[in-house]
Amino acid sequence: MVKEIERAGFAIVQMCNLIPVAKTVGSNKIVPTISIPYPLGDPSTTKEAQYKLRYHRVGVALDALTADVHEQTVFPVKF
Amino acid sequence: MKKAILYINQFFAGIGGEEKADHAPEIREGLVGPGLALAASLKNAEITHTIICGDNFMGSRQDEAIAAIEGFLKDKEFDIFFAGPAFQAGRYGNACGVVSKFVQDKFGVYAVTSMNEENPGVEMFKKDVYIFPGGKSAAAMKVDTQKMAELGDKILALPEGEKPMFLAAEEGFYPRGVRHQVWLKDQKPASDRVVEMLLKKLAGEPFQTELPIPKIDRVDIAPPIADLSKATIAIITSGGIVPVANPDRIQSASATRWGRYDISELVDLETGVFKTIHAGFDPAAADADPDVIVPLDALKAYEKEGKIGKVHEYFYSTVGTGTTEAEAARMAREMIPYLREAGVDGVILTST
Repeated sequence: MVKEIERAGFAIVQMCNLIPVAKTVGSNKIVPTISIPYPLGDPSTTKEAQYKLRYHRVGVALDALTADVHEQTVFPVKF
Repeated sequence: MKKAILYINQFFAGIGGEEKADHAPEIREGLVGPGLALAASLKNAEITHTIICGDNFMGSRQDEAIAAIEGFLKDKEFDIFFAGPAFQAGRYGNACGVVSKFVQDKFGVYAVTSMNEENPGVEMFKKDVYIFPGGKSAAAMKVDTQKMAELGDKILALPEGEKPMFLAAEEGFYPRGVRHQVWLKDQKPASDRVVEMLLKKLAGEPFQTELPIPKIDRVDIAPPIADLSKATIAIITSGGIVPVANPDRIQSASATRWGRYDISELVDLETGVFKTIHAGFDPAAADADPDVIVPLDALKAYEKEGKIGKVHEYFYSTVGTGTTEAEAARMAREMIPYLREAGVDGVILTST
C-alpha cells in the first residue's frame, strides 16, 4: 500500500512496529510504534502518558513527511 | 472434444516481419504456425481458430485491436485460450498479455501463454494470466508450447465450475501472487513443519520457506512536503479500524475490501463508535481507544496548532493480516483517486 501511494507521488510515512518487514517490502520513511495491538498508546499507562507518546510519534511522522531523504530512513523517536 | 483458440503475431503467422507489424487483426480457421506445435501436445482440446495481429497494431491501436478480437470471438465457442509463445519479443509479450487478460475477463475462459523472463510482458501480466517461463527465441517453440499445452490440459480436465488451484512451484508458471488454502497430502500440521524448519535452520541445513517474500520492488522516495502548515494530511490504516457496524464488511483476515470514513467533525475516535475488526491481534486496547491505531486526536491537535494545514475529511481502513501484496496494492490504487481529488499532500499509514 505504502509503495503504491508513494509511486503515485504522495509523501508517505509508515508508522509500524515491525520495522524489518516495512524495510523488506520497501517503505522509505518509517516511524516506529510500540506494539502490534496498540501501536500508539500502551493501555497499562495513563491516558495522559498514552496521548503524550502518540502526540510525539505522530509529530515525528509529520516531520518525516517534510524530510528530504535519499534512502530508506527510520526516524528516531524519544519515547 | 473441447475447443481452443490461439493468438499469434504477424511474424509467426508467416505474414512478415517489422514491415508487416501494422497488420490488422484477423481470424482464421484451423492451425497456423505455432498452432501446429501446440496442437501436437494438446490432448483435451482442438484448436479451432487462430487470431493474428501485427505487434505494432496491438501496441499503438490497442482499443481498435481488442474491439476487433471481441467481434471475432463473440460467436465462437471455446473452452480455453492460448497466446504466443512470445519468447523475448517485448511487443509480442505485451500483445499476448493484453489479449489473454481481455479474453479471460470478457469471456470467462482461462488463458495460458509463455514468455522469456526478460520479456517485460511477464512483469505486466503475470498476476493476471498463467505465463510460463519460455526460451529466448523460436528455437524453444516445442518446449514452450508443450508447457502451455500441459497446463491447458489440466485446466480443461477440471470438473465444470471448479476453480483451478494450481501452484506456481509445482506447475512452473510465474508466481501470480495468489494464495490458496490447500490440504497437504501428508497432513503434517504447521506446528510440526515449523519446528522441522527451525531445526534445519539451526543445523545450517537447507530448508524451504512456505512464505517466500516476493522480489523487492523499490519505489523512488516521493518529494517531501515543502510547507506542512498548508498541507492536507490523510491517514490510512491496515489495522482494521471501522465504525462498529463494519458497513463495508471488510474481512478480518485476507482482506479484499476497504472503507473510508468521515472524520471531518470528529476530534478523536471514540470507543463504542469505532472498533477494530483485525483478526491478527488482541483487539482489547484498540477497541477501548481506537486512537491507538488511528491517531486522530493527535493529528487534530496538530491541525488546531497550525503545524499542518488540515486533516483530510476521511480516514481509510483495511485489514493487513493474510492480505497478499497484490490485493494490498490494488486497494491502495483504488484509494489514490480519492486522495488526489481531496488535494492530499501527505499520508500517514499506520500498520499493526
